[in-house]
Amino acid sequence: MKMYIEFYASLMKYLPPGNARFRREIKVEDSLKLSRLIARYHILPEEAHLVLVNGLYVYAEAREGRELQEGDVVSIWPPVAGG
Amino acid sequence: MSWTRKILRVNLSKGSCTPEPLNMEWAMEYLGQRGLASKYLSEEVDPTCDALGPDNKLIMATGPLTGTSASTAGRYSVICKSPLTGAIAASNSGGFFGPEMKFAGWDMIIFEGKSEKPVYLLIQDDQVELRSAEDIWGKSAWETDDILHATHQDPQMRIAIIGRTAEAGCLYAGIINDRHRAAGRSGVGTVMASKNLKAVAIRGTGGIGNLEDADKFFEAVDAGKKVLADGAVTGQGLPTYGTQVLMNVINGVGGLPAHNMRDVGFDGAGDISAEAMAEPRKSDGKPNLVTGAGCFACTIACGRISTIDKTHFSVKDKPQYHGASGGLEYEAAWALGADTGVSDLDALTYVNFLCNEDGFDPISFGATVAAAMEMFQDGDLTTKDTGGIELKFGSAEALVAITELLVTGEGFAKDLGMGSKRLCDKYKRPELSMTVKSQEFPAYDPRGIQGMGLGYATSNRGACHLRGYTVASEVLGIPVKTEMNDAEGKPELVKAFQDATALVDSAGLCIFTTFAWGMDDIAPQIDAACEGDWSVEGCLEVGERIWNMERIFNQAAGFTADDDKLPKRMLKEAIKSGPTKGQVSRLGEMLPKYYEIRGWNPKGEVTAETRERLSL
Repeated sequence: MKMYIEFYASLMKYLPPGNARFRREIKVEDSLKLSRLIARYHILPEEAHLVLVNGLYVYAEAREGRELQEGDVVSIWPPVAGG
Repeated sequence: MSWTRKILRVNLSKGSCTPEPLNMEWAMEYLGQRGLASKYLSEEVDPTCDALGPDNKLIMATGPLTGTSASTAGRYSVICKSPLTGAIAASNSGGFFGPEMKFAGWDMIIFEGKSEKPVYLLIQDDQVELRSAEDIWGKSAWETDDILHATHQDPQMRIAIIGRTAEAGCLYAGIINDRHRAAGRSGVGTVMASKNLKAVAIRGTGGIGNLEDADKFFEAVDAGKKVLADGAVTGQGLPTYGTQVLMNVINGVGGLPAHNMRDVGFDGAGDISAEAMAEPRKSDGKPNLVTGAGCFACTIACGRISTIDKTHFSVKDKPQYHGASGGLEYEAAWALGADTGVSDLDALTYVNFLCNEDGFDPISFGATVAAAMEMFQDGDLTTKDTGGIELKFGSAEALVAITELLVTGEGFAKDLGMGSKRLCDKYKRPELSMTVKSQEFPAYDPRGIQGMGLGYATSNRGACHLRGYTVASEVLGIPVKTEMNDAEGKPELVKAFQDATALVDSAGLCIFTTFAWGMDDIAPQIDAACEGDWSVEGCLEVGERIWNMERIFNQAAGFTADDDKLPKRMLKEAIKSGPTKGQVSRLGEMLPKYYEIRGWNPKGEVTAETRERLSL
């Protein structure tokens, strides 16, 4: 299935080659779990601090059971702050 | 020493400078800086006074840790009644000015009255004098900085200065120190200008000594620095990307307001983000971001030093802006960018330079321009009003032109300088002003992030993110994640953040330490430096006391529960798209509970019991 990944800040180095600044369209197997997707791009659990699926926060403990759907956008940040 | 125990009272009407002892009884109850200076203001100033009249006072205050080796101990605050809001103002700045005040031997400076002619205050340790500023009145903050450094032949001198916008009466003018650090919000610079005070130049050679328990202090400071270094946010995130890393985060979660908060979500967010600042430019292959920067004693160093593309339309004929200077920070980039719909990073960097050069708050300014843009779009404003500027959302040219106009103080600049509330009232569109207590919102939509809505509504200095940064919990998961759209639990969260922040602001520390530090990291540093008992519980009580004292000042100034409200747009116009689609602020659900846990009556008034409990 087709879906999208967005890696920000220091995680941009894990993005596969492409032109867009943050986003890549990828093809993955059906029923892929969120935690598997994160591991596939070599992002360590402690680096994946803020993980959104379609803009909604997914708690760390829910990532293993979260099944991704066609067209989902997964956005990931390391620990960051500002204000 | 933690406190120098000495303050300087400057009567500008009489031209006198008088040292006096710090009121240590009050210091034990209000610690320093924001809290202690607000106590002095509450005792000495009639809350109903004209903020721009001689009866208002302007206090520059340090905290007991300012100038020590504690991480981030470079802060000072400016306290007065605000001309923008009519409420109590406390604006906090980093850099090196606060520590220099301590090195010269002063905890705070109280300015009262009004000078007949423009003056600046010169402090060289215990030598203090008012000098004529007639030849620097009318100069920008940057020009003044250059002139005073040249006059006194002392590159180590630290100077706090107002720019031309303050002199012109812009109600959101700040005070600039070290060229790009600012006591930025609530118009504290306008109050300084109303007293004909152009600058405060300080050179101190005394250093800091006499800590209550020096060994214990250095132990606590070392432990605190280790926590900051080991913290992922304070040790890596903020130093590497600065505050601007939030642009994509807040946009991603559905909390980034745009176009005068008509929309949530901004397509150009990526182009004005921290990540974009680090990309090489097409013209010269260099990035916007030159380096990070830290204030005095800071081990985080979130500051950004940037350059503008020399070929960009805003500066191609202005070589004076081709060098590196401060910016962009997140709040400024949001107000000048997303809120106006402008996604031109170089234009925003240039406009931010102008905010620093002439000392005006980029949040209030950007938000006021955004309100003007919405009125321009709706036909309430035309080019006849704006001096010919096509004030359209998304126009970098218009943003640059209107900013350059503001600095002149001429024509439409007078309207813009009133701030969003008065501007929208004048053009009969009051509903388009995105303000609380006449102060403009910062960069988080209260419909998307419920705690921030309650925080804006109840902030003692008008809409502000720095009075209780619940975004840390609601978005960033610090110290624990709470749901953005939950109203339940938010009154408790907001109160906890507000009280803790009041304490941190009164210590001389930076609030960004709290991305890693809890009160159990902070209290031991204060306790070791200062006489008295500064346990965690004691510190939190001081924070709560300060919050209530500010509230009591505002009550006496005429504020009521009716002022703890958000614009209708936040309550009635649901977010139209994105992950927070359909949401409005649920302030009405949160406010009664907030009053209750504050120990206030249903009208939001501090009760006699609460005053007694907090010794107010």
